[in-house]
Amino acid sequence: MDKIRALIVDDSSVMRKIVERSLRQAGIEIETVVEASNGAEALAALQNNKVDLILCDINMPVMDGLEFVRQVATLESAKGVPIVMITTEGSETHVVQALSAGARGYIRKPFTPDQVKEHVLPVLGKKP
Amino acid sequence: MTTDASLAARSHEENWLPILELAVEEVFEIMVGSRVKPVAQSGLKPDGGFTAMVGLAGALCGVLTVCCDAKTARQVAKCMLGDTADSEEQVVDAIGEISNMIAGNFKNKLTGTDDRCMLSVPTVVSGGEYSFHSLADGGFLETVVLFEGTPIAVRLQLNK
Repeated sequence: MDKIRALIVDDSSVMRKIVERSLRQAGIEIETVVEASNGAEALAALQNNKVDLILCDINMPVMDGLEFVRQVATLESAKGVPIVMITTEGSETHVVQALSAGARGYIRKPFTPDQVKEHVLPVLGKKP
Repeated sequence: MTTDASLAARSHEENWLPILELAVEEVFEIMVGSRVKPVAQSGLKPDGGFTAMVGLAGALCGVLTVCCDAKTARQVAKCMLGDTADSEEQVVDAIGEISNMIAGNFKNKLTGTDDRCMLSVPTVVSGGEYSFHSLADGGFLETVVLFEGTPIAVRLQLNK
């Protein structure tokens, strides 16, 4: 698998590190990781960075993950970049909202590296 | 299991404590890599080096707190991050995220509550010289687990 450039969006720096580690444990080779602590920072990061994958929390200050996904859908520069939500919000309502907004996958916290593999590899066009 | 009015009463009638205990055990096993089990609470209380709080609003209203001593909080962060967990900021972040995941995992297990209950961003208090006065006056659920031999108290205070 080619190395990927990932954008990880979570207001917890600890969680961003765990998500990155889980990607590596899932066998995904990473070229670079760009981190953002909310949706607004992530949108700004997308202005200067091309990425292959976005992993995003929902509950964040400033701009939450659902609004971020809606905004990304309007960005020509991020067209086709898969977004996978990683969040404590586990309700069907949140899942439907996220997928309707444009997310391609949904992982509930707490999560295992196997769950990351199962949900992230398909959106990268790979078999889990 | 569904939700309705008088959640505090229902929490006792339906015995939500095992659900809270399961939520705690899963978070520690999956995210910290440590199996914890509830213990009898007689005399086993953390010193209160760190207290993480997450508010719940909507169908389920109250506050969930996770309390442990400073050394335990550092060890939890180390288990989550490896040896890179060396700053107090990371310890605070880690213990806050644990409380967030326990609250989320708990509400996700209560069918009918999960999409009508919102969680706040966690707040973490360091130091034990404080008094906790919650306006959530509907009783509480509490479990104390042993993590590497030291107690961590998880308490869910509910509104009437």
